[in-house]
Amino acid sequence: MTEFLAALMDPNLPFFRYALLTGIFASIPFGIIGTFVVVRRISYIAGAIAHCVLGGIGFGLYLEKAVGITWFGPMQGAVIVALLAAVTLTLVSRYAAEREDSVIGALWAVGMATGLLFIAKTPGYVDPMSYLFGNILLVSKQDFIFVLVLDLLVLGLVGLFYNKFLAVCFDEEFGRLRGVNTGWVYLLLLCLTALTIVLLVRVVGIVMVIALLTLPAAVAGNMSRNIKQMMVLAVLFCAVFVVSGLGLSYNLDLPSGPVIIVIAAAVYLLVLLGTRFKKSIF
Amino acid sequence: MSTVENNKTAVSIRNLSFSYDTQNILVDVNLEILAFDSICVVGPNGGGKSTLIKLMVGLLTPSSGEVSIFGEKPEAARLRIGYVPQYARYDPQFPISVLEVVCMGRLGNSWSGRYTKRDKEEARKSLALVGVEDLATHSFAAISGGQRQRVLIARALATQGDILILDEPTANIDHESEVQFFDLLTEINKRMTILMVTHEVGFASTFFKRIACVNKQVVVHPTSELTGDLIRDLYGGDLQMIRHDHCCTPGGHKHD
Repeated sequence: MTEFLAALMDPNLPFFRYALLTGIFASIPFGIIGTFVVVRRISYIAGAIAHCVLGGIGFGLYLEKAVGITWFGPMQGAVIVALLAAVTLTLVSRYAAEREDSVIGALWAVGMATGLLFIAKTPGYVDPMSYLFGNILLVSKQDFIFVLVLDLLVLGLVGLFYNKFLAVCFDEEFGRLRGVNTGWVYLLLLCLTALTIVLLVRVVGIVMVIALLTLPAAVAGNMSRNIKQMMVLAVLFCAVFVVSGLGLSYNLDLPSGPVIIVIAAAVYLLVLLGTRFKKSIF
Repeated sequence: MSTVENNKTAVSIRNLSFSYDTQNILVDVNLEILAFDSICVVGPNGGGKSTLIKLMVGLLTPSSGEVSIFGEKPEAARLRIGYVPQYARYDPQFPISVLEVVCMGRLGNSWSGRYTKRDKEEARKSLALVGVEDLATHSFAAISGGQRQRVLIARALATQGDILILDEPTANIDHESEVQFFDLLTEINKRMTILMVTHEVGFASTFFKRIACVNKQVVVHPTSELTGDLIRDLYGGDLQMIRHDHCCTPGGHKHD
């Protein structure tokens, strides 16, 4: 623990402070959006968007390095493709309800495939591993600003339209009958999910996005009576998982992403066992 | 609360047909429902009951013909309808309080959907009206089936609409709760038009004034009293028999 604190104070290790601050501030969108994803049961849609992001990253790298567009990069590509995937999935859920899961599966795989193809054609060596498994220690100042902007966006929009988001998650049909434009609200929810996922890819990588999006919310859901409570708890749990994962990975010299996920999963398991145990006693 | 006068048409359906792809669900339906009427919609599964309801509230658009609610298109008149869906379709793990569910009935009154003090007051009043005001802070998932049904009715009442539409509300409710349930509807019927879908063909409680049989076509029967001792013995309560031949085909109906 002291080593970890010393690393935080070390002026030669600024990336460590960025990583910690990013982790803490990123917990806000992770917890809030994660709650919606869990209660609306759309984690497979979140998974599809996450895997599509690799297509965007590859496209961004290709434009930057092979075509030479310097202002474009993997981050911009990731944001654009994630939002496109959100729009596509909204349209699919609206107009082709019966084949929704096939489309989700296809998007999932095609995103990965195009990403790898672009990376193959990008000059120089690009390690896809860092995108697949993420590394919070690689976050830059640009990433940190992205986190702050996303915090404001998520807090602002969810704060303003909370009741509409809740209606779309709990009873979409009734919401529509009350004059709520549920199609647009759902699109907005998926777009916020998409932006949150881009950030998650940076922190834990594509493969583990769903885990960090859903585990804190699932833990929180076990001890909450309403969504607001669940969101606050999910944000707190997420921050605890990221910070403790970061500290532990530094001390044990392990990659941070997997350590964060294992801690989150262990806590989830304990909470599940705990609620079972409580039920069998009372 | 209600500003609608008696004898005004609440729902008017003219020459309506509806089909999915090439399958005809409803054919040439005509139906007139007056304000403060209470009408029960029965019919076999797949006969088009739910489709008829969805057409009335504007969730579906007719292939031909038209639906009007108080003289307006369903999409425009939507806010005047309080809708009670089947409670069985709710996610039992969804963390939401009873008051939050009822407040949904007040959505659509503002641009952002935020609730005012008055919205919350109206929601509490509706809960009191159906007799479950003490459940307001409870979790919607943790209350009983009958209570949940009442909460969903409270949500529909909170809309302060003029028409109450209920989709199979008596499923999973025992006989005693059902009696209370119809007492409640009688009270509500004083200020709202009521339309209820049910799969129980043949008998309905003493509540409904008319019954609509839906099977591709819609035929309306008046309910007539039948206070035979036999039925009382058989069913253990006062019931009304619907003048109906249990055969929901166009040829099977006889009208006086």
